[in-house]
Amino acid sequence: MTIGQAFLEALESLSGNKLRSGLTVLGIVIGVAAVIAMLAVGRGAEASITGSISGIGTNLLFVFRGDPGDNIRNPEPLTLGDAEALRDQFAAPSVEAVAPALQGSGTVSFGGEQTMPQIFGVTPEYFQVRNYNITEGEFITEEHILGRASVVLLGPEVAEKLFGHSDGVTGETVRIEGQPFRVIGVLESKGGGSFGSQDNVVIVPFTTAQTRLIRRSTSDRVDIIFVQAVSGDVVTQASEEIAAILRTRHRTPVGADDFTIFTQQDLLSTFQSITGILTIFLGGIAGISLLVGGIGIMNIMLVSVTERTREIGLRKALGARKRDILTQFLTESSLLSLIGGMIGIAFGWLISYLVGRIAEASGTAFTPVVGIDAILLATIFSAAVGLFFGIYPASRAANLEPVEALRYE
Amino acid sequence: MSNVIETHDLAKVYKMGEVEVHALRGVSFAIQRGEVVAIMGPSGSGKSTLMNMLGCLDRPTSGEYFLDGEAVASLTDDQLADIRNRKVGFVFQSFNLLSRQTAITNVELPLRYSGANNGGRRQRAIEALKAVGLEDRMTHRPYELSGGQQQRVAIARAIVNNPAIIMADEPTGNLDSKVGQEIMNLLLNLNKEIGTTLIIVTHDPRIAEQTQRIIRLKDGLLDGDA
Repeated sequence: MTIGQAFLEALESLSGNKLRSGLTVLGIVIGVAAVIAMLAVGRGAEASITGSISGIGTNLLFVFRGDPGDNIRNPEPLTLGDAEALRDQFAAPSVEAVAPALQGSGTVSFGGEQTMPQIFGVTPEYFQVRNYNITEGEFITEEHILGRASVVLLGPEVAEKLFGHSDGVTGETVRIEGQPFRVIGVLESKGGGSFGSQDNVVIVPFTTAQTRLIRRSTSDRVDIIFVQAVSGDVVTQASEEIAAILRTRHRTPVGADDFTIFTQQDLLSTFQSITGILTIFLGGIAGISLLVGGIGIMNIMLVSVTERTREIGLRKALGARKRDILTQFLTESSLLSLIGGMIGIAFGWLISYLVGRIAEASGTAFTPVVGIDAILLATIFSAAVGLFFGIYPASRAANLEPVEALRYE
Repeated sequence: MSNVIETHDLAKVYKMGEVEVHALRGVSFAIQRGEVVAIMGPSGSGKSTLMNMLGCLDRPTSGEYFLDGEAVASLTDDQLADIRNRKVGFVFQSFNLLSRQTAITNVELPLRYSGANNGGRRQRAIEALKAVGLEDRMTHRPYELSGGQQQRVAIARAIVNNPAIIMADEPTGNLDSKVGQEIMNLLLNLNKEIGTTLIIVTHDPRIAEQTQRIIRLKDGLLDGDA
């Protein structure tokens, strides 16, 4: 018997029992749909996260006050002096630029509209370090810093909220915490990040923030220092140089740092380990579902072999060899599972499409990607499940004694 | 005349747990090509066991069996399957047709296992159906056919491979006497026209008396051969 004949016969036999076949493949459908959706959403999320992390800046390091485990009591705050020390070309040759910043939040209003964005008080280096571009106007300059100017750059989302549009707003005056600020420019959109929008911000000169918006106990205190490394290769080196400088200035021993240095790479690997865990978790669900689906197929195939004992006896009487019967039932079980796999791929595709639409509707643009490799993987895997769980029922059928099988009622 | 079937001391012992059941205790006979033979005997006489041996569905425990010149007693399962496919045509009491398949597909079934090509298969199946007078029912499924018609399809299936023997196990047992007689006539006619050896296992004396020779069994031994 050729494969083509076996295939046709299997198809006929399965379609003779549509409801049963449908229910049997359900497990495989769910398993494969989970695999497809998981891979698609995972890949989309990874692309989006990687994109938004590199959007933060290039070769960036973040320096915060306090150690990661919060074990150090009374950590010394970071100061403008610390930031100045990091600019030392000899102690920190791997550092390209340093941007100290104050970070807070407050009410920004124009006319009747108001919003609560993040407020950053920054120096001109900030724009270089954070990869910000503007769609109109100008960046904050040294003069603004020196003059403690009441000027502000608006994030596109803030501009949108206050004015209804994000162009032609330069020169307007908005109120931050009730104080008037002149708009000198609008930032270019960086898109929705996966951890808070980078567009829902307003940026003011460091000195202005220090004296009028974000008051801190000590006057030269900074909340965060952004550091740009000379190149991607020396980020680790830069991190060590920064640590050495701050340890000396804060007089802390090694291992008891009262500051934390975070690199973009750290952020990336944090997110990668999160997506990794998610992948394992969903992969586990998919695996269990495929296993359960496979057992379901085995169960139904066993029932089918019992039901068709006489048919098997007849086929053997007419000259079917063991191999013919084995082929017949293995074809049936793998076809069953393969059909489940196909439906699962369609379902998985639908799910990832819906996830993409939901993400879009909630403002996080990310596109799930259903790859050819995922489809191939799912197809091969489902056929293999059917083949594997079909072996036992099929060999039972093939080893039936023709005499007994013919006598079976 | 050559013998199409030859048995020497054919014996079969079944183990039912601890007990050994001697179904056949040494049966020797020969059947010539083209003969029509009935095998009779009360239930438990070893009639079915003998039929299974002759049809190559089972192997004897001891003794020898030659079918169309081939020694069958010691063949493997797959070799037996091949012998059945080429040399034996079965007709069963309950027809044993595949219910989802058309008449012609049912008739083609033995050819599928003998590796005949597609076109030749169809042609031979059509000829077999013509031989049983069902050329206008070829695409009907078993449930669309009467009992007699179903048995005719089964007979067409039995002769499609030009077997050396046709084994008919109570071929009229599920049919009323009129239709049963039609089936008997068909079988006897085929025997006359094609010359295929016909072996009928039956309880029914009226069927048996239409054959040329009756082999009687009792308690696993020959009880008469006339």
